Amino acid sequence: MEIPYTVEAHPETGLNNGKIGIWLFLTSEVMLFGALFATFIMLRIGSDGNWAAMQAEAELNIPLATLNTAVLIASSLTMVMAWASLMRGQLGRFKVFGWLTVGCGGIFLVIKYFEYTAKFEHHHYPESSTFLAIYFAMTGLHALHVIGGMAWNAYFTGPGSKLFHTNRQWLTDRVEHSGLFWHFVDLVWIFLFPVFYLL
Amino acid sequence: MAEPVHASPAHDEHHHDQSFWRKYIFSTDHKVIGVQYSVTGLAFLFFGFVLMMLMRWNLAYPGEPIPFIGSLLGENRAPGGIMLPDFYNELGAMHGTIMVFLGVVPLAVGGFGNFVMPLQLGAPDMAFPRINMISYWCLFLGGVTMFASFFLPNGAAGNGWTSYSPLADIALNGQTAWLIGMIFLITSSLLGAVNFITTAIQLRAPGMTWMRLPFFCWAQIVTAFLLLLAFPPLEAAGVLQLMDRVANTSFFIPEGLVVGGEVLERSGGGSPLLWQHLFWFLAHPEVYVLILPAMGIVAEVIANNSRKPLWGYRSMVYSLIFLGFMSFIVWAHHMFITGMGSVMSTFFQTTTMIISIPSVIILSALFISLWGGSIRYNTPMLFALGFLPMFGIGGLTGLPLGLSAADIPLHDTYYVIGHFHYVVAPGTLFALFAGVYYWFPKVTGRKMNEFLGQLHFWPSLVFMNGVFFPMMIQGLNGVSRRLADGGISYDFAGEVAGLNRMMSVSAWCLALAQIPFIINFFMSIRNGEKAGRNPWNSTTVEWLAPSPAPHGNFDQEIVVTRGPYEYSVPGSDKDYVPQAEPAST
Amino acid sequence: MSEHVDIDKQVRIYFLVFGALMVGTLATVGAYYLEVSVPVALTIGLFIASVKASLVACFFMHLIDEKKIIYWTLALTVAFFIALMALPLLTSVADQVGEFAEVEAHEPH
Repeated sequence: MEIPYTVEAHPETGLNNGKIGIWLFLTSEVMLFGALFATFIMLRIGSDGNWAAMQAEAELNIPLATLNTAVLIASSLTMVMAWASLMRGQLGRFKVFGWLTVGCGGIFLVIKYFEYTAKFEHHHYPESSTFLAIYFAMTGLHALHVIGGMAWNAYFTGPGSKLFHTNRQWLTDRVEHSGLFWHFVDLVWIFLFPVFYLL
Repeated sequence: MAEPVHASPAHDEHHHDQSFWRKYIFSTDHKVIGVQYSVTGLAFLFFGFVLMMLMRWNLAYPGEPIPFIGSLLGENRAPGGIMLPDFYNELGAMHGTIMVFLGVVPLAVGGFGNFVMPLQLGAPDMAFPRINMISYWCLFLGGVTMFASFFLPNGAAGNGWTSYSPLADIALNGQTAWLIGMIFLITSSLLGAVNFITTAIQLRAPGMTWMRLPFFCWAQIVTAFLLLLAFPPLEAAGVLQLMDRVANTSFFIPEGLVVGGEVLERSGGGSPLLWQHLFWFLAHPEVYVLILPAMGIVAEVIANNSRKPLWGYRSMVYSLIFLGFMSFIVWAHHMFITGMGSVMSTFFQTTTMIISIPSVIILSALFISLWGGSIRYNTPMLFALGFLPMFGIGGLTGLPLGLSAADIPLHDTYYVIGHFHYVVAPGTLFALFAGVYYWFPKVTGRKMNEFLGQLHFWPSLVFMNGVFFPMMIQGLNGVSRRLADGGISYDFAGEVAGLNRMMSVSAWCLALAQIPFIINFFMSIRNGEKAGRNPWNSTTVEWLAPSPAPHGNFDQEIVVTRGPYEYSVPGSDKDYVPQAEPAST
Repeated sequence: MSEHVDIDKQVRIYFLVFGALMVGTLATVGAYYLEVSVPVALTIGLFIASVKASLVACFFMHLIDEKKIIYWTLALTVAFFIALMALPLLTSVADQVGEFAEVEAHEPH
């Protein structure tokens, strides 16, 4: 049985099912991170001016985080380039950009790992202060999203790319949808970086 | 739109040599998943009811051993058959959690929404059948986690279904398991919500415009939006509470918290109020998640059995959407006594009064729909009619709770318990029973027995009121909730404490009244009266499919030509005109 | 966003956006070393982050040219997101009003 509008666009909405589905999913993600940002603001307001002290004590590594921001932005570029390659019908270039995206995600996680272990070595744990607690909660959840996005992209770049030969449009759409998720993860980091490291 | 998009099932049958596992267990057919959800929901409703019956023993006969099964509960729960207060707390917290998240939501949204909505839309299936399957199995895992938590060394979660911090942060019981279970349940609801909305937007049959949508579908769409946007904050809060418990953080723990006479060794700096805000940001919309699908079911049953169009269909739909909107900005009316200040209280009691208006519009429209109808008093209709006054009592008793001045003495008393149980027990549950009786023929191809149905309805109506009405009286006398002995140790409870026995006996009789339903349910699957495609002479599209419908749903092309409730149309030869006229009957 | 797109023009835009995002990142870090007061730093930091986020959303996520139903869904989300963000704000306002009332009550007349 075929589900209608899996690939072709619905005549009224002009969209296929997957596009609507992924955007709906992203709205729930907005509310998830929104609640965490609200928590962040509330903890900061409620800290009676101790926030800056807690932040200084945590000794977050700004150069590494700047590098990580650049890595993630670069991965967003390779992500759209992967999609654009599929739009042009270039399977080989798609695979190159796809693996570059996954690779950038990997570099991001490796850097994040070094940041975390450096914290633990200095006995900075989530329990040390509310600043570190919300720092680990939000960056940790973000890292889980990066892992999820990497798995998703790796599937479509690897085994899932066979679809190119049978239904190219479907593969292009699926890559666009996983790209939307990937860009959203990037977008969250764009806020996390200044909020934790700089402000 | 010219091409028919629905593949004909006849063409498909060659591909359907599916194994038993693919067909009934890991199925992607929305109807099978709907039945899985419904059966799971009914089973958990029964389990939650059992927990409550145990609690009612201790409320009616505090300190006396539970007869028959008391010795089976174990020494750490009920030594000598006498229930420990800690065990009572576990039962209370898990009763609430199970009834809300594992009973009513799976049945009303997962079950009826999954089974009925695609059929009513004229769709072949949900937009994402595999995500639908994953959604069910997430719920299943959540249910298993919750159930298994009773067997943990320190028992299940016992901090109330609201899990208020800081108690829930530091309690030694199964709160961690509760949080993990909740994360599964939330994931399940999110996946379901994405699927429902996409299906409603994309897969409506040709001609099914928004204002031709059956009211039930509208209720499911608004519910799905509530789940989609309100659940993530609780997921975030759940993760933070989990960190408080596992990683010793202090999101919800203030500085210098004294536990057992000693200052707790935590960094502090968190806010217990933050949990309440994040919890109620979900949990108030959740109330509407419980009630909107019920209203949808009742609207379908009433239109069908009064043989009249719904009165004020459009205003009902607009009320529903407005209700959904407003439900996001009333949450702090659960927090009037937290000392959040009169400015906040004024704002939230105003929004609370405003949100009662659309509910009243919907209920009034349903009442007026009965006026002048040729009413058929079959079992689904009886339950739908029972819903109207019961939900009315539930709703009206809520008004004093929405005003901060009146809420302060009533907060956390049995009045609150009575109020919301009237909304969800004789309210939502009656509507869900109406739905089970109404759509049973579509699921199985057979009708349920009328006599047993009546035998189920009338005692249920009496005993439901026997359980919940005395709670209002107790509450107005100041009897507090969450007391394992039912308040007998307090003087002011003296004159109303005796009502506990009446309520408990009613609750056990209510259990007996469910026996006809259980017999009827299982007996009718094989032996019920055979039903054709449209046993109730209904107008909506689901009745054009065969009963039971095959994978892919329809054996004809569905083109909708009219509104959902065209009953007793003047000049028509029968008293109903289906939304889509079948080409060949 | 899947039919009739001039993909070469799109790709040029993507590289421009990438450049702008990198510049934005450097600007945020640069502003940090200026060591301005906290309110000013917050304003600058959040402003640059919002611009960067808008660039990602508009061009990488194609929101600049999207179908109506997605705009509607996002508008709805924004409304509820604002309600969610009002939550800490409401609490702190309530705290301040409470403190104010307390001070007034304790002041000798």
